[in-house]
Amino acid sequence: MKLLEYQAKEVLASLGIAIPPGMVARTPEEAAQAFEKLGPIAVKAQVPVGGRGKAGGIKLAKSADEARHAAEQIIGMDIKGFKVPLVYCEAALDIGREIYLGFTVDRDARANILMLSAKGGMEIEQVAEESPDSIARLYPNPWRGPLDFELTQLVYDAELADIARPLSSLIRKLYRAIPDYDALTAEINPLVVTRSGDVIAGDAKLEIDDNAMWRHKHLEERYGSVLEGDPYEVEAKKRHLTYVSLDGDIGIIGNGAGLCMGTLDLVQRAGGKPANFCDIGGGAKAEVVENALAVILMNPKVKGVLINVFGGITRGDEVARGVVTARDNLNMKLPLVVRMSGTNEEEGREILEQHGIEPGVSGWEAAKKIVELTKAGATA
Amino acid sequence: MSILLDRDTKVIVQGITGREGGFHTEQMQSLGTNVVGGTSPGKGGTTHLGVPVFNTVADAVQETGATATGIFVPAPFAADAIMEAAAAGITLIVCITEGIPIQDMIRVKDFLRGYPQARLIGANCPGLITPGQAKIGIIPQRITSSGHVGLVSRSGTLTYEVASALSAAGMGQSTIVGIGGDPVLGLTFRDVVELFEKDHDTTHLVLIGEIGGSDEEHAAELLAKGTRLKAVAFISGRTAPEGKRMGHAGAIISGNRGTAKSKEEAFHKAGVQVAETTDDIVGMLS
Repeated sequence: MKLLEYQAKEVLASLGIAIPPGMVARTPEEAAQAFEKLGPIAVKAQVPVGGRGKAGGIKLAKSADEARHAAEQIIGMDIKGFKVPLVYCEAALDIGREIYLGFTVDRDARANILMLSAKGGMEIEQVAEESPDSIARLYPNPWRGPLDFELTQLVYDAELADIARPLSSLIRKLYRAIPDYDALTAEINPLVVTRSGDVIAGDAKLEIDDNAMWRHKHLEERYGSVLEGDPYEVEAKKRHLTYVSLDGDIGIIGNGAGLCMGTLDLVQRAGGKPANFCDIGGGAKAEVVENALAVILMNPKVKGVLINVFGGITRGDEVARGVVTARDNLNMKLPLVVRMSGTNEEEGREILEQHGIEPGVSGWEAAKKIVELTKAGATA
Repeated sequence: MSILLDRDTKVIVQGITGREGGFHTEQMQSLGTNVVGGTSPGKGGTTHLGVPVFNTVADAVQETGATATGIFVPAPFAADAIMEAAAAGITLIVCITEGIPIQDMIRVKDFLRGYPQARLIGANCPGLITPGQAKIGIIPQRITSSGHVGLVSRSGTLTYEVASALSAAGMGQSTIVGIGGDPVLGLTFRDVVELFEKDHDTTHLVLIGEIGGSDEEHAAELLAKGTRLKAVAFISGRTAPEGKRMGHAGAIISGNRGTAKSKEEAFHKAGVQVAETTDDIVGMLS
């Protein structure tokens, strides 16, 4: 789960990290009220993606009217596919210098990596390309966390010796996001040093491991519903499906992530565009197939559906009967191609054909079939 | 004719009395796997599926001399189960469990540094099978056959698909290893390719990768140094968008890293054939 900036800052504050005074505004009026309380503010779009500044999602306000106007423009705006649900109004900082601080999972090293750079305020990927030596790195032991001398080394490596003490203490606090919240990525960029010498989180990004949400139910309860994500993904989550929305018109259901990804590739290769990724896991039970079909059919762009099921232990005839029932229960009229393999697959294909569903022998053949059928449907 | 596992390997199952653990233990037994026991805290001293149940892995190892384990315990307990197995002296740990928190796995990987003889496969994987001899995990034996193709993959069903096609074409497998779909894993593609390289009954290699991370690239680097195996690679997720997790926790493109294109190019550069679809693999291998 990627937290929004204000959510990430609440978490950082709970770890003892200083954040600027700020208020969430859901309406332009609330933004004007935030100005009355905080004075000059930055009105910031809350979306879980980078690049919102360039997209016009951050505006400075020097009066209540400006704050109201900025919020009017930003709330509801679309930034990289996310509709802005609310803005965060934050007191402007008296910036002395900007630093970069963050951690992420280094997949190659199978470890967490802490990164610190005196070059804050720009994207770390850009810094890594232009001046890789300006980023100091530390792989903390995952059981005990970073030790004092390791942090001292990190701070000196980043040539930030003059603020070594407050910085080391802050890094230690940020690191707590790993053991306390199962954070996978955290970024404070910029980490602002004010002219009076305070060290404050100017921006914040935080991603919590979805696999660990059972340990952090309070986060899900507090923040889970704020963002209006893709409506199909939201519905799929309610039905416990692994679903990702894509921008095509052919619905895809597969069992297993790799097979499902492979099916998307086949459809694209056959000249079609997948509308989604939907992994129903092992077994391919009738009820799960019906749930998946129901979510896919919510999307009006969908012109046809391809189901690709590899049955290891599951019987083909059972899968076929389940698909027929699901289609009938949902009163589905669109073209449907089902490719399945496993025990009793011939019998399964017969059942499908008897009920007007196109069977496919291989994934590639099935992909070509559904692309053909949806194209024919479009011109008919 | 195998790596890691054969009919003599003494195997235990952690979570043997659970629904999944029990079901798959029976499947493993029906293939002839030498299952010598299982663990389930509180049920030590009983018998399940014809083998003794122990409270802890250490007890099981002491009594049975087991060297391998299959882990079928729920995600909140799986990291501890892996470490318990390593500490008890198990050398082949296969963790099937899906959904283990990534930070748990990072701590596990650090813990395993203290047990260099312990090899971990997974988690979030279908396990491994040496056709006709033994398996640990959930790969259906029906679709496999004994032979000389080494198969290694990050995916479950896609592996079955390929194994099934190979078997149908008369190309049996030496060992099939599912390394798992998580971002922080035990054995990597590179580790498994090295093992196949040393196994002289393996003459062919099929590697099934997917988007995310750079484990495929590292395996390609190794193969580029020269190999006696006739190899074919396949990468799924060419059409996956950036920044979205495609089912597997590890299947995510971050910025321009982890793309199918980068992986395919790495194999091309290494002189390894890259299949466009899984249907093409059999033809390219023969």
